[in-house]
Amino acid sequence: MTIGLGHYLTVAAILFTTGIFGIFLNRKNVIIILMSVELMLLAVNINLVAFSSFLGDLTGQVFAMFVLTVAAAEAAIGLAILVVYFRNRGTIEVDDINLMKG
Amino acid sequence: MIIQALAFYMFAAVAVASGVMVVTARNPVHSVLFLILAFFNAAGLFVLLGAEFLAMTLVIVYVGAVAVLFLFVVMMLDINFVALRQGFMRYVGIGAAVGLVLLAELLLIVGSWAFAPKARQMVDAPIKAPDEITNAAALGRIIYTDHIYLFQASGLVLLVAMVGAIVLTLRDREGVRRQNVGDQIARKREDVIEIRKLPPSGVSAGE
Repeated sequence: MTIGLGHYLTVAAILFTTGIFGIFLNRKNVIIILMSVELMLLAVNINLVAFSSFLGDLTGQVFAMFVLTVAAAEAAIGLAILVVYFRNRGTIEVDDINLMKG
Repeated sequence: MIIQALAFYMFAAVAVASGVMVVTARNPVHSVLFLILAFFNAAGLFVLLGAEFLAMTLVIVYVGAVAVLFLFVVMMLDINFVALRQGFMRYVGIGAAVGLVLLAELLLIVGSWAFAPKARQMVDAPIKAPDEITNAAALGRIIYTDHIYLFQASGLVLLVAMVGAIVLTLRDREGVRRQNVGDQIARKREDVIEIRKLPPSGVSAGE
């Protein structure tokens, strides 16, 4: 039983779907939504690294690293926005974030 | 070979299980901890794929920085998580439907694709044997040469993120005493020192 590319892609697909499911499930909680986004980015990284490894091309790993960079920046900014929002409103319910609506 | 397969199944199973726990856990702190577990196991998968440097980066960046950031925010903000859980099951149906459709599509793709015939010839940066060059050294060689502009751009992204996070969360509070260098430099001797003649009062000390 050799582990092929398909195995890794399946794991990545399941993780990605879990992330999307998490966004639907935790519609009110921004923190969990951000974590779901992180899970989806992780799935993308697994895909990139798996293809890089099975094709014998190192470029995929480079791009996985750039995805990692962007994910870290996104988490930092997202959590900063969350903290500011909580300071202003005292809650982080997504339903309440329609204040700027016309 | 069998050990590799067993390791793959263990890492994959734990990663998927902890991913599910991230989105379903009752307590957000548990969610963050399961996220850390998921990242650890993904790092294990990366090691199996021969990407050691990326695995270590994943552990350092995600477990060391991002997950701790999440933990900080979850614990720092006084959030009523019980209220946030209300309506939790309301969208489980549509979420599961969308998720299953997406998963079916993804698995369909995974099951029915093939490498292009020329894909092996079009390799941009071939991976050499591990005893020839380490993964980190090989990555460094192409990051600092072929992908130098992307590398610089990602540094810029991180800088903007850092400045943005600081600008967003910095606030001026009332009653905080800060050093004002301009005021300190503009201070003159005449403004602050005053010489007063005291009136001679009665008896001198010596007599």
